[in-house]
Amino acid sequence: MKKAGFTQAWLPILLLVPQLSIILIFFYWPAAQAVQSSFYLQDPFGFGSTFVGADNYTDLLGNAEYKRIAWFTVIFTVSVTFLSLSLALLLAVKADKVIRGAKGYRTLLMWVYAVAPPVAGFIGLIMFNQSWGPITRTFAALGHDLKIGVNYWDTAGAMIAVSVWKQIPVNFIFFLSGLQSIPRSVREAALIDNRSASSRFWGVTFPLLAPTGFFLLIINITYALFDTFGVIDTLVKGEPGNNPMTLVYKVYVDGFRGNDLGGSSAQSVILMVLVLALTVFQFRMVERRIHYT
Amino acid sequence: MAQVSLNNVQKVYPNGFQALHPTGFEVADGEFVVLVGPSGCGKSTLLRMIAGLEDITDGSLHIGDRVVNHVDPADRDIAMVFQNYALYPHMTVRKNIAYGLQNRKIAKDVIAGKVAEAAEMLNLNDYLDRKPSQLSGGQRQRVAMGRAIVRDPSVFLFDEPLSNLDAKLRNQMRVEIKALQRRLGVTSIYVTHDQVEAMTMADRIIVMNAGRIEQIGTPSEVYHRPASTFVASFMGAPPMNMLPGVAENGAAHLFDLPIADQVAARGEVIVGIRPEDLIPDATGPLAIEVDHIEDLGAHRLLHGALRDARLTVHVSKDVEVAHGPLRVAIKPDAVSVFDVTSGARL
Repeated sequence: MKKAGFTQAWLPILLLVPQLSIILIFFYWPAAQAVQSSFYLQDPFGFGSTFVGADNYTDLLGNAEYKRIAWFTVIFTVSVTFLSLSLALLLAVKADKVIRGAKGYRTLLMWVYAVAPPVAGFIGLIMFNQSWGPITRTFAALGHDLKIGVNYWDTAGAMIAVSVWKQIPVNFIFFLSGLQSIPRSVREAALIDNRSASSRFWGVTFPLLAPTGFFLLIINITYALFDTFGVIDTLVKGEPGNNPMTLVYKVYVDGFRGNDLGGSSAQSVILMVLVLALTVFQFRMVERRIHYT
Repeated sequence: MAQVSLNNVQKVYPNGFQALHPTGFEVADGEFVVLVGPSGCGKSTLLRMIAGLEDITDGSLHIGDRVVNHVDPADRDIAMVFQNYALYPHMTVRKNIAYGLQNRKIAKDVIAGKVAEAAEMLNLNDYLDRKPSQLSGGQRQRVAMGRAIVRDPSVFLFDEPLSNLDAKLRNQMRVEIKALQRRLGVTSIYVTHDQVEAMTMADRIIVMNAGRIEQIGTPSEVYHRPASTFVASFMGAPPMNMLPGVAENGAAHLFDLPIADQVAARGEVIVGIRPEDLIPDATGPLAIEVDHIEDLGAHRLLHGALRDARLTVHVSKDVEVAHGPLRVAIKPDAVSVFDVTSGARL
């Protein structure tokens, strides 16, 4: 077979320039900037900066508040990931069984996917509104006085709830298509081999969903860590004080509210390393196992 | 071991489509019954109803002495072999075979013994720790068989188990499955659209068409005394020759030649003659114009015209043949006569 190729060297380069320049300008350049400014202490009014070496990093690692927020981020990420995956799986399994009106249910369940994070946060604000939010009222009826923006764990709960709600459709779509790609005859064979529906699910269906599940696990961790910014921003806006926040939100608060660009950059760099580790882990895992044909 | 009996069993889908008209038959203990018919004739639906994978709209289904209409597939004491094998891709061959036993609270050493026995029987010993994706089609088919055998069920159900294999392997597995069934003596119901499989494997064949049973009989009965024109043309390759005939005075005539007696009907009929029942004979009563010869090695097929009807003659490789006129005789008692409108045997 004849190998197709370019006759001139400059043509492929020219074709790559738009994509490469976008990556360079919007990803590598800011990343380099962040790494550089993480070693400086910036004047709050922008008049100059002083080289301080690794001080920004050592400050962070010794900082009790940073540790607290890091812990909260872990709790938040684990909760959001676990809840959004398990609820989506439950919904997908149920939707997969529906025969009549299946399309309608599926569309309704995917709908939330189209909601932008700040809008989701805003809907959350309405639902959790102190005086007339339906969720607040429900809790009040159950005897709990929900105080979003005042009570630390109430706010955390609302942040988790809205983030989970926003993420369920994505997981649902993937799980549903994962379920539907399991050959019907394999499930029927299991039906003959095993009387118990739950044992069939954990013994046959769930392992066959593992590739989808693992992919979603990484996607969800990334989502909970980074993409929940909009939700959190809307829910705690203007009231940073005692409210819970994640590491990503703290980068923003310290850098743009506190004008501590150096410290904020150091936090960004730490997060960059985290993402890098996560990505490497994902590629390793995907290459090594959880692959069926 | 058990017999299976169906009583007026039928299947109507929610959209009103009648996949299976009321059907009844019995499969004796240890019998190998083949359901055969073209795609969409309802044979797979029928098998899946026996397995419990499809609801039975009406009628009753017995396996052994139980009515199993509303019994879970897992409790019907059946094992099924699927067309695409339906192996569990995440389990090793060993686990695939053992899965059905593990869920029935059977002691581990008993399971291990049964798996070893099945693996021995099916030549799977070297593959027990492999995943299905590392096996060839024939090996996967054997694993699916193993999964059925270890369960020691009352009934084996086969849903076109060989149609995903290549021709050579298909012939080999056909013999293996039949031999295995004979050895185990398990009542078996086997669905196929391949009439060769039906002819070679079955104790009895059930020919289906458009949701109805056309004929139930031994392979020889179905082949030599087809109950309808459908059966006559579906079973046998090339199909039976169908020629226009006339019945009068208690006999059927093919172009004025009396060829079958004791025919009660009058008027137009269809005369069916198997290609191998037409024998080249210089003094034969039929004059055929041969216009095409297919040489298949062991035998030849002569295609030609008898007046304005087309027909095929099957001759062995030793017979001299040529294009042009040929006189043939009809083997005595080898003629079937069918009703023109209903297609039923007269």
